[in-house]
Amino acid sequence: MHCPKCRGVMRTYTRSGVHIEQCDSCRGIFLDYGELEALAQAESQYRAAPPPASAPGWGAPAPAVHHHHHGGHHRPHHGSVFHMLFST
Amino acid sequence: MHTETAQSGLFARLVEIGRESARVTERYAAHRSFYAAPNAAPHVPPSPPEPETLYDRHGVLVVRVGDVVVKAHQPDREYGSAFLERTSLAAGFPRIVLGVLDGPYDVDGRTVTVSLYGEPVNPREPLPWEEGARLLAALHSAAVPEGAPSWGRPGRIARLVSRLGNGPAEDAVRRAFGTLPPWIRGEGTEPARDVECVIHGDWHLGQMVRGPGGGWLLIDVEDLGRGVPAWDLARPAALYSAGVLHPEEWERFLGSYREAGGPAVPPAGDPWAALDIPARSLAIQIAATCVISAGREDRSLDESEQAMVDACERISAAGAPA
Repeated sequence: MHCPKCRGVMRTYTRSGVHIEQCDSCRGIFLDYGELEALAQAESQYRAAPPPASAPGWGAPAPAVHHHHHGGHHRPHHGSVFHMLFST
Repeated sequence: MHTETAQSGLFARLVEIGRESARVTERYAAHRSFYAAPNAAPHVPPSPPEPETLYDRHGVLVVRVGDVVVKAHQPDREYGSAFLERTSLAAGFPRIVLGVLDGPYDVDGRTVTVSLYGEPVNPREPLPWEEGARLLAALHSAAVPEGAPSWGRPGRIARLVSRLGNGPAEDAVRRAFGTLPPWIRGEGTEPARDVECVIHGDWHLGQMVRGPGGGWLLIDVEDLGRGVPAWDLARPAALYSAGVLHPEEWERFLGSYREAGGPAVPPAGDPWAALDIPARSLAIQIAATCVISAGREDRSLDESEQAMVDACERISAAGAPA
């Protein structure tokens, strides 16, 4: 495919799951139908995500223990976690 | 409930003390009207007719007798004038701390105190993180009374680590312990404190009860004293950092503490400059407790206990705190 503006050669890249064509000469970008909307949606999801809670440098990279939180329903702490939360 | 030791003689003495009700009842009536805050629903659980053992572990025996609880404290701790200073410090915060009603008595060399009964946190219900945070913020915001004793430094960590046996988990905990500042390891003195407040000194969810008026109060004044307030946030901070406490619960706790104006962390932004060392210390203390209890019970670590040991590995990798 050739660039509609400068007739340069266009190459296909995939960015965040969206295929885009970029011209090697003028760096212009061609989007297929629906691809602009897909990018806009990805952007709004990124902006809406809450900032992750901060942690110290040695903090767990992700919750290390499987937490049973489903739709805000409380599940009791039991076993070793109970002792960690409730005793010295 | 599980009984760790046969203490029937001590149990009988505690019941006897609890039943010296003429004095206690009189004071109790005055206390109940004091605690009955206008906006709190009266929360008076029915008293069991028979004395009941509430806690019997680590040498501590707590017996409920009607509306009071009688506690025989750990035998190997210091209960002289320092303990009296702490109970009188607690008496200055009657809406934050459920203090000692009677005692201390000496029962065959054991220190025994009497307090009003309060209903503990139910682990099967949503946990009162917000209420705990607000109590701590209120305690930390209070003026430090003149002559208030210093809290004991966090000596439990060094004691527990010294009891560790041999093994890879034990080594991981010991290595992390080696990165802590010397004064926490029991060497040298605590550096000058930037912030100093009255702190509870050993806060966790087992240290809160619903008082006679329905509001939550802190219990257990054995470590109460002047200190750096971040230590009271250390346990949830450690469990969150180890991935054991869900971030949402940590945020509820920290957010409520900040909203209530607690001085342990800055009102906004990164709280970890203040929390790092206390949280490391508690992570190591909890990991040591887990490893020791798994060893005693001759079992492997469960998922959460392993997460605490993994946190120790990361503490060692991070090296000594700044």
